[in-house]
Amino acid sequence: MSGISEGISWLTDSAHWHGDDGFPHRIAQHLGYTSLTVVIASAIAIPLGLWIGHTGRLRGLAIALTGALRALPTLGLLTLVVIWRGIGLTPPIVALVVLAIPPLLAGAYAGLESVDRATIDAARAIGMNEWQVLGKVEVPLALPLIIGGLRAAVLQVVATATVAAYIGLGGLGRYLIDGLAVRDYPQMVAGSIVIVVLALVLDGIFAVVQRALSIQR
Amino acid sequence: MIEYRSVAKTFPDGTEAVHDFSLVLPSRSTTVLVGSSGCGKTTLLRMVNRMVDPSSGQVLIDDADVASRNPVELRRSIGYVMQHSGLLPHRKVVDNVATPLRLGGVGRRDARSRALAALETVGLDPTLADRYPGQLSGGQQQRVGVARGLVADPNVLLMDEPFGAVDPIVRAELQQELLHLQRDLGKTIVFVTHDIEEAFLLGDQVVILRKGGEIAQVGTPAQILADPADEFVRSFVGLDRGRRTLRIQEVDGKRVVVDADGRAAGVLA
Repeated sequence: MSGISEGISWLTDSAHWHGDDGFPHRIAQHLGYTSLTVVIASAIAIPLGLWIGHTGRLRGLAIALTGALRALPTLGLLTLVVIWRGIGLTPPIVALVVLAIPPLLAGAYAGLESVDRATIDAARAIGMNEWQVLGKVEVPLALPLIIGGLRAAVLQVVATATVAAYIGLGGLGRYLIDGLAVRDYPQMVAGSIVIVVLALVLDGIFAVVQRALSIQR
Repeated sequence: MIEYRSVAKTFPDGTEAVHDFSLVLPSRSTTVLVGSSGCGKTTLLRMVNRMVDPSSGQVLIDDADVASRNPVELRRSIGYVMQHSGLLPHRKVVDNVATPLRLGGVGRRDARSRALAALETVGLDPTLADRYPGQLSGGQQQRVGVARGLVADPNVLLMDEPFGAVDPIVRAELQQELLHLQRDLGKTIVFVTHDIEEAFLLGDQVVILRKGGEIAQVGTPAQILADPADEFVRSFVGLDRGRRTLRIQEVDGKRVVVDADGRAAGVLA
């Protein structure tokens, strides 16, 4: 257990809490990659998922796509995009977006599919147009599952955004890559602990949001 | 007045729900379409507000073909009450009732006060207005459904087995209230049910349907009982089981009406 305690002393060393290499800056970078990824992935996956769920079209494609994307190894994809586009922010963001799309897409279309057909039929029968059915009935009722997809996506991306450091970018992955390079295991342990805590905190926030949504009805 | 002219409907999967249906439904009266499941009664009802478009033939409201109207606008002008209420579970009762008004462009405050009035019309306690549908009993939810159907004061009200899922006591209550409401409001009601008792109770005109939307008989309940068109109708309305063949028995100087099995049905006034 000395590895853990050494990691904790590395973590609590005030020297590691300021500057460009300090935890606050690395956490900010990490959250920056995560939010950029989730925003881009949501912009692609949620409208697509809503369209599939609302129309019932291309459902087979969505299932196949989410399965196939999930099977792609992020590190391999990252390497591929580096070869294609060179070093920069693009490769890790592309790799992470691909990782985040399946849970977001699944949350959106499964959420819409979970809405009682009779409720949707009734909404139409009392004179809602298709946009009103989507915006006033389907999305509000699917929201817990849509948020659930978002939650899964954020957690996966937070845990995997460490790959950015692999190609020389920042984020909490730096502690793992740098520590490994010089066999500084306490640094790696400290970095891992911060990533885990960050993931748990984000998960907790989503849990509270989801609960608030389900209490409303 | 609603008129069906040689209406037929074949669904994309090949099922022929309605073969060739023609009928006039007089204004300000209740027409009940009654038949077993699969007779096309719900399909016929849904043609009025274009939830189903006929494969051929026309449906006219006051001599205007509904096919010429925008479906969304048309639906907003027609009340619709369905089984299991069809309320939006994420909206409060009062907001559910106000929805047709809001869709029609009525302001929030005005819509709310009219919705509260509609809840009162159907005999619901105003304290329930701010509850969610899931917190109400089945019977209360159906009342909310009726209030929503009536709130925009439509001329035509479509009711698709609205009381089918509530227990018999509550159903009888709701039926009586609908009769009262209709006496005051005089809507053109199209009512679908599989229950012949309900059809005879509520219908000014009763349409008994066979499979494929084929009309077995149209008439007032009395006409149908007095002169059933054929064996199918006799059996459907229960004339073959003796329950409808009543006779009078003298008991202690009073005239008691009994059915063919000798069960008492009531006392002659």
